[in-house]
Amino acid sequence: MRLSLTINGRSRDVDVEPHRTLLEVLRDTLGIFDVKEGCNEGVCGACTVLLDGRPVSSCLVLAPTAGSRAITTVRGLEGGGELHPLQQAFLRHGAVQCGFCTPGMLLTALAFLERHPGADRETLRHAIEGNLCRCTGYAKILDALEYYARG
Amino acid sequence: MADAVALERGLRLVGQRVIRHDARDKVMAATAYAGDWAMPGMLHGVVVRSPYPSARIRSLDTAPAAAMPGVAIVITARDVPHNTLWTDVPGQTTEVGPLRARLHVLAEDRVRHQGEPIALIAAETLEQARDAAEAVDVDYEPLPGVFDAAAALEPGAPAVHDAGNLLAHWTVKRGDVAAGFARAEVIVEGEYRTQLVDSAYLEPESGVAWIDSDGVITIRLSTQVIEHFRDVAEVLNVPQNRVRVIGAYLGGGFGGKEDVTVEVYLGLLTWKTGRPVKMVWTRQESLLARAKRHPYRLRYRTGALRTGEIVAQEIEILGDSGGYAYLSALVLLYSTVTAAGPYRVSAASVDARVAYTNNPPTSAMRGFGGMQTVFGYESQMDRLARALGLSPLEVRRVNAIRRGDALPVGQVIETYVALPELIDRAWAGLGEPTRPRAPHLRIGRGVACNLQPYGRIVWLHDWSSAWVGFEMDGSLVVRCGCPDVGGGQASSLCQIAAEVLGVALERVSVHIADSALTPLAGTTTASRQLYMSGNAVLKASRELRDQLLAAAARLLDTGADAVAMVDGAVHATDGRSLPLVELLRACARMGVPRSHLGVYHAPAGEPVDLEKGSGKVFPDYTFGCHAAEVEVDTQTGVVRVLKLVAAHDVGRAINPQSVEGQIQGGAVMGLGYALMEEVVVQDGINLTTSFASYLIPTASDVPDVEPLVVESGEGLGPFGARGIGEPPIAPPAAAIANAIEDATGVRITQLPITPERVARALGLIADPQ
Repeated sequence: MRLSLTINGRSRDVDVEPHRTLLEVLRDTLGIFDVKEGCNEGVCGACTVLLDGRPVSSCLVLAPTAGSRAITTVRGLEGGGELHPLQQAFLRHGAVQCGFCTPGMLLTALAFLERHPGADRETLRHAIEGNLCRCTGYAKILDALEYYARG
Repeated sequence: MADAVALERGLRLVGQRVIRHDARDKVMAATAYAGDWAMPGMLHGVVVRSPYPSARIRSLDTAPAAAMPGVAIVITARDVPHNTLWTDVPGQTTEVGPLRARLHVLAEDRVRHQGEPIALIAAETLEQARDAAEAVDVDYEPLPGVFDAAAALEPGAPAVHDAGNLLAHWTVKRGDVAAGFARAEVIVEGEYRTQLVDSAYLEPESGVAWIDSDGVITIRLSTQVIEHFRDVAEVLNVPQNRVRVIGAYLGGGFGGKEDVTVEVYLGLLTWKTGRPVKMVWTRQESLLARAKRHPYRLRYRTGALRTGEIVAQEIEILGDSGGYAYLSALVLLYSTVTAAGPYRVSAASVDARVAYTNNPPTSAMRGFGGMQTVFGYESQMDRLARALGLSPLEVRRVNAIRRGDALPVGQVIETYVALPELIDRAWAGLGEPTRPRAPHLRIGRGVACNLQPYGRIVWLHDWSSAWVGFEMDGSLVVRCGCPDVGGGQASSLCQIAAEVLGVALERVSVHIADSALTPLAGTTTASRQLYMSGNAVLKASRELRDQLLAAAARLLDTGADAVAMVDGAVHATDGRSLPLVELLRACARMGVPRSHLGVYHAPAGEPVDLEKGSGKVFPDYTFGCHAAEVEVDTQTGVVRVLKLVAAHDVGRAINPQSVEGQIQGGAVMGLGYALMEEVVVQDGINLTTSFASYLIPTASDVPDVEPLVVESGEGLGPFGARGIGEPPIAPPAAAIANAIEDATGVRITQLPITPERVARALGLIADPQ
């Protein structure tokens, strides 16, 4: 089927089979590799994208259902070549090690912080529990989120 | 610190919390991981795996699969030029002899664990490859299996390999153990069990292979060891210089990407088809079939005097290697060497064996055999403290190893050991005790110390090399074959080069992990890259600096000791300066090289006779102490870790932020090991092949680990650094078990410490036996 996807504000037309997941279409059809595949069963959060500003596991979303909605990947966070302040906070606080969870982590956290500006550390801890990280032990990710939340 | 070396003064970049170049790429998702690669006309490869843990392959018919749409090739063992990879492990008991086959590339007539590779398929699409995998017709005859290491060593046990199930056996004897126990005023005994766990990196095994325009088989993958290009060549029976491995920045490794993963399969598929091939294992496949951490049974008998001084240790270790040897013999050697912990002991014996079973294979994982033993020796230390009425801290202080003391294998510790400070600081780091929120919630505290080798075994004659050179515009290039697993390996090399050569970090580019184009640096394992490649870069940078400064001194007509490289220029002591770019142009005119290849050789030695305790096994060790505060729910058995303070003497923190990240991340992985992680296997069948059933810690499962970085300057790495990749994973399990006993009076001796095990120990539920 013909599908028109809006990814980071740009429209992309694709021919897909209706059973394809959004993750498959983004990575395999469109070559958008800033979305990562960690488990393909909705547990690890590495494939998180925003659909109309809400985080979803793109491995669990059928691509056709995303057709009329705004899709944001981590590449959509930069503005005019500048890193988003949350990306800068990740750098400043050493929140990145292998980086495989980072795109999904950034998107989940950003969507949450937009709805809960100024959230405290314990609230943020629960907000990211659906995004697994095997490297950092989460402390430096929370440092970055807390720093950003405090403006 | 009394006898610690004074830290070098005047360092500009080393010791700074610099932002890693790879982190910048990663927050923008610009990093191309192995699975983010694609080639024109690429096929998709899959592995056909055995559903049985122990079976004979009566027949294997690939014709139906080969006839499926889109299928380019089906490969079985008989198509593999050289189907067996071997390894040689010197030094173990003669009763076992040299190690046999490490790995079959594809199973021949027999499968020895569930998920063992049987065949390879490449097809135009991934779906076609998967459909064809279903169509491979294998006639299996299930065979009796053995699923427990102790049972595997019983007479009459089903033989996993023809030569028997005992894979490796190390023994150590030091002093008169019987006399030690006779002298002991108290003896404590314990048996401990550790479980099978998975590396569970977020990025599954993945790669793409192609035959490059020069005919070289090129494989770009997620690996800790680019030197496996030699294994690929051996399997394909082609010259080693016809295979090139490019190591992408990894999405985590933790030892699980130390053995070969997809590279041999990709090499076969691309060599046989002549086309590019991509292979990405699914999460389920990774959890099913990848080598994991050995489950251990540990038996300890410890004798001490009333003062707490340990006078005898008797230790027995039994590990489960699963269906193949992989690195089990070496993992067991690490356990043997570390078995008595970071403590002085005049008489000790260690008897360590590892057996083949039909369970999932086990091999390298962060800590590499130095981890399981911590649960044993640190549980013993608390038992000893209780039996003697001493504080757990005091028993450890009394016995803490010091410079000049020997481990049971006879290795003398030649560097400063900061254990007393580490113990005090970790304990103090817990701060005020938390007050229980309710009467049934008990609070307790515990500590655990450890030692972990960094660098490879001295008789492996480890070395690393790196090339450092200036471009004509004054920008700097570092080339080093070191894979970056996410710990900041590449970034630290940049920091070291920039420090020595007086340039800004932003002026450095680093090219890593290409077996054809970067000087070989060895494996990113064994907490060795900062130590080994850091020293290689340091050496190259210093040589380069010296040759450039000699040229500058000639140009300025002054002495080489009167010039220095600072901020992109050469400055003379008399105030004159020469911009770096001018110096480089002058060097070009004068024929002075603007680059240097540095090679670092680790301290080498001969294989030790462990029984005679003859000497050095590892270059050096990293010491640590963790302190934990837990809350135990005495109604449900649920344990929450409220605080975890992790102190390590890292020698020198090149980038303190990266060091803290290693400590925090390692400790949380250790906390997962303590409380929740377990690959559940029933009669050889893996029941946890999903992240929904194999549980790793989430953000809300763990406290913020407080890292305490102690810098003695005593390490063998650049600027006195020690390895810190592995050490922090090991202490949490014992620290938590000790804290649980402090809270409740019950001792847990089996990992993971699930609510069920705690409830059983508390008598809340009856034991089924």
